[in-house]
Amino acid sequence: MKIGTPKEIFEGEARVAMTPASALQLQKLGYDCAIESGAGLAAGFSDATYEEAGVEVIKTAAALWKEVDIIAKVRQPNETELKRLNGDKTLISFFNPAGNEEGMELAKSKGANVIAMEMVPRISRAQKMDALSSMANIAGYRAVIEAGNNFGRFFTGQITAAGKVPPAKVLVVGAGVAGLAAIGTSTSLGAITLAFDVRPEVAEQVESMGAEFVYLDFEEEQQDGAATGGYASVSSPEFREAQLAKFRELAPEVDIVITTALIPNREAPELWTEDMVAAMKPGSVIVDLAAEKGGNCKLTVMDEKIVTENGVTIIGYTDFPSRMAAQASTLYATNIRHMMTDLTPEKDGQINHNMEDDVIRGATVTHQGEITFPPPPPKVAAIAAQKKPEVKELTPEEKREQEVAEFKAQTKQQVTLLVVGAVLLLGVGLVAPASFMQHFIVFVLAVFVGFQVIWNVSHSLHTPLMAVTNAISSIIILGAVMQIGSGSFLVILLAAISVFFAGINIFGGFLVTRRMLAMFQKS
Amino acid sequence: MDFGFTTAAYVVAAVLFILSLGGLSGQESAKRAVWYGIVGMAIAVFATLIGPGAGLWWLSIILIALGGMIGYQLASKVEMTQMPELVAGMHALVGLAAVFVGFNAHFELGNVMAMDEATKKTLEGFAALLAKKDGVEINILRVEAALGIWIGAVTFTGSVIAYGKLSGKVTSAATKLPGGHLLNASAAALSLICLIWYLNSGGFFPLLILTIAALFIGYHLIMGIGGADMPVVVSMLNSYSGWAAAAIGFSLGNDLLIVVGALVGSSGAILSYIMCKAMNRSFVSVILGGFGGTAGPAMEVEGEQIAIDAEGVATALDEADSVIIIPGYGMAVAQAQQNVAELTRRLRAKGKEVRFAIHPVAGRLPGHMNVLLAEAKVPYDIVMEMDEINDDFPDTDVAIVIGSNDIVNPAAQEDPNSPIAGMPVLECWKAKQVFVSKRGQGTGYSGIENPLFYKENTRMFYGDAKASLDTLLTMIN
Repeated sequence: MKIGTPKEIFEGEARVAMTPASALQLQKLGYDCAIESGAGLAAGFSDATYEEAGVEVIKTAAALWKEVDIIAKVRQPNETELKRLNGDKTLISFFNPAGNEEGMELAKSKGANVIAMEMVPRISRAQKMDALSSMANIAGYRAVIEAGNNFGRFFTGQITAAGKVPPAKVLVVGAGVAGLAAIGTSTSLGAITLAFDVRPEVAEQVESMGAEFVYLDFEEEQQDGAATGGYASVSSPEFREAQLAKFRELAPEVDIVITTALIPNREAPELWTEDMVAAMKPGSVIVDLAAEKGGNCKLTVMDEKIVTENGVTIIGYTDFPSRMAAQASTLYATNIRHMMTDLTPEKDGQINHNMEDDVIRGATVTHQGEITFPPPPPKVAAIAAQKKPEVKELTPEEKREQEVAEFKAQTKQQVTLLVVGAVLLLGVGLVAPASFMQHFIVFVLAVFVGFQVIWNVSHSLHTPLMAVTNAISSIIILGAVMQIGSGSFLVILLAAISVFFAGINIFGGFLVTRRMLAMFQKS
Repeated sequence: MDFGFTTAAYVVAAVLFILSLGGLSGQESAKRAVWYGIVGMAIAVFATLIGPGAGLWWLSIILIALGGMIGYQLASKVEMTQMPELVAGMHALVGLAAVFVGFNAHFELGNVMAMDEATKKTLEGFAALLAKKDGVEINILRVEAALGIWIGAVTFTGSVIAYGKLSGKVTSAATKLPGGHLLNASAAALSLICLIWYLNSGGFFPLLILTIAALFIGYHLIMGIGGADMPVVVSMLNSYSGWAAAAIGFSLGNDLLIVVGALVGSSGAILSYIMCKAMNRSFVSVILGGFGGTAGPAMEVEGEQIAIDAEGVATALDEADSVIIIPGYGMAVAQAQQNVAELTRRLRAKGKEVRFAIHPVAGRLPGHMNVLLAEAKVPYDIVMEMDEINDDFPDTDVAIVIGSNDIVNPAAQEDPNSPIAGMPVLECWKAKQVFVSKRGQGTGYSGIENPLFYKENTRMFYGDAKASLDTLLTMIN
C-alpha cells in the first residue's frame, strides 16, 4: 500500500507528517511513500531529500489524495480534504473528534477509516505514538524561549564587574507534559522555577526537574489524577479560591508566568486574573499555552502578543510546535511511524485495522462507515490508582485507647496461656511422682527459654542455626557414654555405635557452622 | 568425682548452649556464639566421662576421636550447595543414636530388675538410679524410653529419605504407597498398641515392633512430601531430633539432655512455623504432602512469554541504577552463585545499587540462599529479607529472577483460586523491568502457571543459569 502526506493547508502551519527519516522506516514496513511537492519545505525538508529517501514526490494535493491509500497529515482536515476520501482510504491526523461532528459525519459517509492522533490512549504501550505529548513537550520548551525573547533580563543570576544581576523567577502553572518541559527548560537556563498543579501527586515529578512545588494550605481531599487518565479535572470553588490566593501572593514576585492548565473538552480555567497581571512588575512576561481554549488569563488574545498598560507582555500564540517545525515534524512523523508499526503487525505493507487492539480501537473515530467515537474506556488504567491512606490519623486519645485495648487483649491472651499451662502442669504434678516432676520442670523451662531465644535469630542465619542445633543435639552422646560402662555386651555395642555417630555429628556440625559463619562478610 | 561436680558442669554447659543459640541473632556475634557451643559440648562430654557411672572411658574417647575425624572430613569437604543433604544426613545419625540409647535403657532396666536386693545395692551410676525406682516410676521410664525410641526412629528414616531426596538419590517428587495416609495412621495406631503392650509385659518384642512402625512412618511421611517443601521437612526433623534427645533425657534422668533437647526441639519447631507461614500453609497440610484442592478454575494467563538474549539484559543493566536479584533453588542447582556474585561486584563497581531479595522458603533449607551468597562473598548487608525489600520494587529499575518460580508468582495475590493464593511473594513485577533466568518454559514445583512470565515488563532469559550468566558477564565490564 502507499502512504502519502499532503502539504498542510492551514495557514502558518509549518509542520509535516512525514520526514525523510520516517519514510525510510515506513518503507521497511513494506509501504511505498509519497509526498506532495513542497510539503516539507517549511520544516526544512526539501523535495530532493525526500527523493533521496525513496519518496515519490507528487505535484498536486489532488493527485496525492487520489493515488495513496493512507494519508498522514498534521492538522485537522478541512471539508475539501475530507471529500477526497473514499472507502479504501485511511486517514491519520489530528482530528479533534469531540468538536468536529460534521467532519466525522463526512468521513463516515465516505466510508473512510480515520485515526485521530489525539485519541491515542494514555497507556505505557502507546506512549511512542502519543503525539499530544510530543507536541506539548515542544510547546513547553518553546514557551520558555518565547518568554525569554520578550523578557529584558537574564534568566540566571550573575555577579559581574558591572554589577549584580538577580535570577529570574518563573512560575509554571500546570505540570503536565508541557508544564514539565517548561520547568526543565527554565531550570536549565538558570531561573528560579516554581510550579503548581492541582494534582499533588506530581509534586515529586516537579521536584525531580529541579523546580519548587507550590503547596496550598488546603485541607480538602485533593483529586486523584489516576481516575481521569492522568489529566486534571475541575476543582471545587474552595480549592480554586485557595489557589488564586496563593497566586496573588506570588504575582508581585515572579517575572515570568507560564500557564498550561487545560481540562479536556472544557474551556480553560481562569487562573491568572486581571488583578494579578496588574500586580506584576513591568517587563514581566506571561505565556498562556491555553490560549486556544480561551486562555488561563482573560487578557490573553489568541495568536497574538500584547503588552498591558503596566508593561506586562502576554503571549497567546497557539502554534508553538509549528514555530519549531523541524523538531515537531521529526517527532510527529515518528509518532505516525509507530502508529503504522502497530497497524502493520506482519510488516507486509498491508494495514491490519485490528479493532480488538486497545490503542488502535481508542484512536479510531470512524471505521468502515461507522462512527466509533467515543471509544470504550481502555481495559488498563492509565496510571496505577493511588493508594488511599488506609487509616486516618488517629487523635492522641484514640491512639491511647487503641494501645490500651491492645495491651488488654495481649494481657488476656498471655494470662489465659499461663493459666492453662499452670493447670496442665499442676495436673501432671498431681499424678506424677516427684522424681519425674523435677525433670519435667526443667524441660518446660528449657522449652520456654528455647522459644524466647530462637525468635531473635536472624533469618539469614537459619542454616547455621540448623547446623549448630544439629551439633548440640548430639548431646545424646551423654546418654551413650553413661551406658557404655555398665551392663551386657549388647548394651556396650549399641552405646558404642551411638557414641561414634554422635562424635561424627559433634565435629561435623560445629565445623560446618564455623565454616559458614566465616563466610558472612560485611561490605 | 562426685555427682555434684557433674551437675555443676551441666549447668555451665546448658548456659553456654543457650548463649550459643542466642548469639545467632547477628552475623558478628554468631562467630563468637559457635565457640560457646563447642566449649559447652566439651565440658558436657568431659564431665560425663569422669562422672559417676561412666566406664570404658577409653573406648568412648577412641570412638569420639574416630567419629570426629569423619565429621571433620565431611564438614570440610561439603559444598555449600550440599548443605541441606548434610544437615538431613546428620539428623539421621542423631535419630539412630537416640533409638540405640533408648534400647539400652530398656536392657539396663531388665538387667537391674532381674537382680536381687543385695546386688542392687552395689550398683552405681545409671543402674543405681534405675534400681531405686518404684512401680509407677518404672512405667513412666518405659513410656519415656519408648517415646524417645519412637521419635528417634521417625527422625532416622525421615532424615535418610530427606537426604536421599535432597541429594537426588531418591526422586524428589511426592510419592505415596497405595493407602496413603491410612497407612501412616494405622502405623501410628500400631505404635500406640505396642506401647500399651510394652507397659504391661515389659518385653523387648513390642518395643521392636513399635520401632519398626516408627521407621515406616518416617519413611512414608517424607516420601510423600515434594522437593520444595523440604525447608519445612528439614526443620521439622531438626525439631524431632531435639525432642528425641529430650525424651531420652527423661528416661536417663539427665537434665542436660532434657535442656538441650528442648532447646533444639523448640528451635526446629519455630523454624518449621516460619517456613509454613512463608508459604501460607498449615504445618499439617505440608506434612500430609502436596497442594490442596483449589476452590475454582485458575485465572487465565494472557499474553506470551517474550525471550531476550544476553545482550539485551546487558544493555538494560547498563542503564539501570538499581537492581534487585532474586535467587532461588535453580541458582543452587546450576551452581551459579559465583557468577551472580561476580555480576554483583561488577555492577556495584559501576556505582549501581545492587541488592538481593530472599524469600524465606527459597532453596531447600531455611536460610539456604544466604549461605550460598555468603560463600560467593556477597556482603550480607545487601542481602535483604522479603519484608525488608518488598516495598522497594516499584523504585527499582531491574529485577533479576534467577531460578525461582513460586516465590515470585503474582497469582498468589491476584488469583484467589490459585493453589498458592495468599502466600507472601516477592513483588518483583512492580519493578520497571524483570528478567527471568530459567531453563525452559516449565512450571515450578507447585505445577502452576506463573503469570509473571507473561507480564509486559518481563523478559525471559532462557538457558542454564550459570551459562547464561557467563555470557552476560562477558558483556559487562
